Amino acid sequence: MVRMVLSGNHAQSYAAKLARVQVVAAYPITPQTSIVEKLGEMVASGDLPAQYINVESEHSAMQACISAAALGARTYTATSSQGLLLMHELLHWASGARAPVVMGVVNRAIAPPWSIFTDHADTVAQRDTGWIQFYSESNQEVLDTAIMAFRLAEHEDVLLPVMVTEDAFYLSHTVEPVDVPSQDEIDGFLPRRTTRGLLRPGIAGRLGSFTTPDLYAEFRHKIARAMVRSAEVFFEIEDDYHRITGRHHGGPLPTYRVDDADAVLVTMGTATPTARAVVDAMRSHGKKVGLAKLRAFRPFPEKEVRQLAAGVSRIGVLDRSFTFGAAGAAFTEIAASLYGARHRPALRNFVAGLGGRDLTPKVIEGMYKALLKGDGEGVEWPDIKRRMEVVRHG
Amino acid sequence: MARLTIPAEEYMRAGHSGCPGCGATLVMRYVLKGLGSETIMTVPACCWTVIGTPFPTTALDVPMLDCAFEATGASISGLRAAADALGLTNVTVVGFAGDGGTADIGLQALSGMLERRTDGIYVMYDNEAYMNTGVQRSGATPQGAWTTTTPVGPGSHGKGEAKKDMMAIVAAHRPAYAATVNVAFPEDFLKKVIKAKGIRGPRFLHALSPCPPGWRYPPEKSIAIGRLATDTNVFPLYEIEDGRYRLTRKLGAAKPVEEYLKAQGRFGHLAPTEIAAIQAEVDVRWKRLLELEALG
Repeated sequence: MVRMVLSGNHAQSYAAKLARVQVVAAYPITPQTSIVEKLGEMVASGDLPAQYINVESEHSAMQACISAAALGARTYTATSSQGLLLMHELLHWASGARAPVVMGVVNRAIAPPWSIFTDHADTVAQRDTGWIQFYSESNQEVLDTAIMAFRLAEHEDVLLPVMVTEDAFYLSHTVEPVDVPSQDEIDGFLPRRTTRGLLRPGIAGRLGSFTTPDLYAEFRHKIARAMVRSAEVFFEIEDDYHRITGRHHGGPLPTYRVDDADAVLVTMGTATPTARAVVDAMRSHGKKVGLAKLRAFRPFPEKEVRQLAAGVSRIGVLDRSFTFGAAGAAFTEIAASLYGARHRPALRNFVAGLGGRDLTPKVIEGMYKALLKGDGEGVEWPDIKRRMEVVRHG
Repeated sequence: MARLTIPAEEYMRAGHSGCPGCGATLVMRYVLKGLGSETIMTVPACCWTVIGTPFPTTALDVPMLDCAFEATGASISGLRAAADALGLTNVTVVGFAGDGGTADIGLQALSGMLERRTDGIYVMYDNEAYMNTGVQRSGATPQGAWTTTTPVGPGSHGKGEAKKDMMAIVAAHRPAYAATVNVAFPEDFLKKVIKAKGIRGPRFLHALSPCPPGWRYPPEKSIAIGRLATDTNVFPLYEIEDGRYRLTRKLGAAKPVEEYLKAQGRFGHLAPTEIAAIQAEVDVRWKRLLELEALG
């Protein structure tokens, strides 16, 4: 183990290097670019003996990774925002082809209007693609999760792609001290890919194929089961990682001071440490508030959400994106998880921090206050500066 | 007469689901005869998605990876990278795509693969329209041809625009090797496939793939029509190696293009003036090809 000062992006690069990735597909997009730049340096210096493909688009990046994974190579790529949207077709393809690709995604807002800043709409929009999704609050968590992602993706019961996300600039370009495991430690934790490629040279076989109505649903059902199973596998992997590194990030929905809480806020990504500080400050003034970090968005931790809700009367869900015509995606999922639960707390949805707007302690404290007061309901956009006015000409 | 022996080995099974007279089945068969068992095929959406037969069967004796419609070039690059990373150095990676998947939606990925100098072979089997979806115009559809999206009527006389010159586009990338092949000339076809196999770097084969339902002719005429395509100079056989053009079938006098056009229902509506215009265009292109060859 060595302590380094790393950006979130370089934490991704070091994770891929420690995983001994064999094929990297690289295409630039702000704010992801420094992930693949660093990997390019590592390949150029000989530190990482990998095939580095400079592709001509994100779409091709994902196809190259899928095809390489089909043959048995450990693959990695990274993207953001528009690039992830361009990949959308291939994201489905990756899970359908059971390609254990690991991808770093720097969460960035979607245009128009152009914005390069944090927003979760890019990855939230991929929730139906069959990818496992993790959100992180620190560069340490990015590094650790990305390393674990390879083992999870390649687990024989899982064989699904995994995206490890990080908030634009808050993590991607902010440096923090990060404990980086040694290569020996990771070699013990993550052996070379054991699940062989589904495509074998010299042997007849077809991966992708086409099916009649007779069989298509069975392929989908297998993915559904693998996704459920991945939640159990992840617990085992995280325990193992803890044994080796001494670090454990608390499963898919780690909680903070929720035991006697009157109100709990659910956050994703870098809103979490701010909310944690707000919890401590409010607790010091006698307010019983707590926090839950939605770390895994896919598979959605339904069981953990129910456990959390069993002891809480009010839950607020902070979404850093919005699903037009409905509500924030995390809110919808949490509400769905609690339908039919014995204890159903009051739920509120706060949509805030879009397009990189700072989620300040004051804004988050306002959410807790609204929750404790209990006089609102539904979806609220608490950090909107003013209502948009319709301007009529003539 | 001494002839090149066509390899007896078969890597494609008879139990495919191609149409009677399908040229694309012959393209696959000849490509695999030339490349052998250590081949990995990657195939996007195209007729071969269906010809290859549904899960859990396959018509090929080599592994086949389905890829996205527009991503064949990238799939070749990914497979090559993995093969190199895993030490599978004797494997030949082949992308096998239709003309729509190559000249239209897949052009970017093809260009990327050529520019990256991926060590792989890209085969475009050209049946000159989106045949798997039922004969819609592609960039590779020839001028004047009827398709379902360039119908014939008072307002339209088939496709109004010229066929996209894929060999010129590929040549501009300076590939290691590029050649046109025609299922009606199997010796020439195999010679080029075997030659391509022995060359490293990006290689491209433009294969004419006659299509009875799409070109509107009886299935038993596929070879005769394929032959006419070359013998009328509509589809000349040539190769480009290190930038040098070489015609591999040169006729003393080409047959009139009209013979080729008249044999197919898709050109049945053309007036003599339109046929003359097509003949003039074919002559110009042939002359240009001779000039390119002369450059050496």
